[in-house]
Amino acid sequence: MAEEETVEAEEKDLIEILEPSSGPIDLTRYVDYVRDPAAGAIATFEGTTRDTFEGKRVVELRYEAYVPMATRRLAAVCAEARAAWPVLRVAVAHRLGTVGVGEASVFVAASAVHRAEAMEACRYVIDEVKASVPIWKKEVYENGEVWKENREFLERREAAVGPAQERKKAACCCGSKVRVDEESTGGMI
Amino acid sequence: MTEEPKDTCDVIGSQKTNPSQDKDLAPYIKIKVLFFARARDLTGSTEICLEMPDGSTARDCMSKLLIEFPNLQEIYNSMVLALNEEYAPESTILKDKDELAIIPPISGG
Repeated sequence: MAEEETVEAEEKDLIEILEPSSGPIDLTRYVDYVRDPAAGAIATFEGTTRDTFEGKRVVELRYEAYVPMATRRLAAVCAEARAAWPVLRVAVAHRLGTVGVGEASVFVAASAVHRAEAMEACRYVIDEVKASVPIWKKEVYENGEVWKENREFLERREAAVGPAQERKKAACCCGSKVRVDEESTGGMI
Repeated sequence: MTEEPKDTCDVIGSQKTNPSQDKDLAPYIKIKVLFFARARDLTGSTEICLEMPDGSTARDCMSKLLIEFPNLQEIYNSMVLALNEEYAPESTILKDKDELAIIPPISGG
């Protein structure tokens, strides 16, 4: 997994899961990729990392992925966007490893003849990233850390598998996944 | 995450009987199981191999994993499974050398 996983699924889609050593996302690379003389619009979405969560200061975020499956899912998502809207080109990149607060963790660009299609396709891709692409983010606080959970994933899972209560014996879904040094929480969590 | 060569991951699930004897009686399949994020924290492993009777489903595999790693119960209510890099229902029947991934709630973006 030393090198970037790059797939050009349908030759007009650029999909990159960026390894930790890659540094900040080169946004221009993806915008330029979707630039097309036939396009009247390029829509982009940049997801950036926040500095606070429920009042806790976020020190950094760490991303990991099931890289081969994430790459496949992203290719499928781009194909779905292409099937739903007349887009010209789509590019999506997601960083792995430590991402500093305020930096871009994910970037999507889509071009189309008209802006509505470009914006719809761009939104579809980022919404699907949140719901179905196997990438995980751990938020690191000054006094603990937690694996985040996307609401979009949980909602879709519930629709597919049924309510969580159907699977018995499970412990409370929160609480235990949060690891915080007790002595330093000051009642914040 | 994938430093280990494919055929050397820890095998669990063949403790009950002599594996070679068992194999003569009923065909066994070998499944690679991957753990990510919270699932890896809970099991302490990134991947293991599991021996299952031929015809086993992903649910059977999950049951075995919950016995082997009771901590996984914590995410059983919120996780999903992927088989060979595609989401799959628990009813899916497994084949030899399948790769089953435990997918805790994702949080990309």
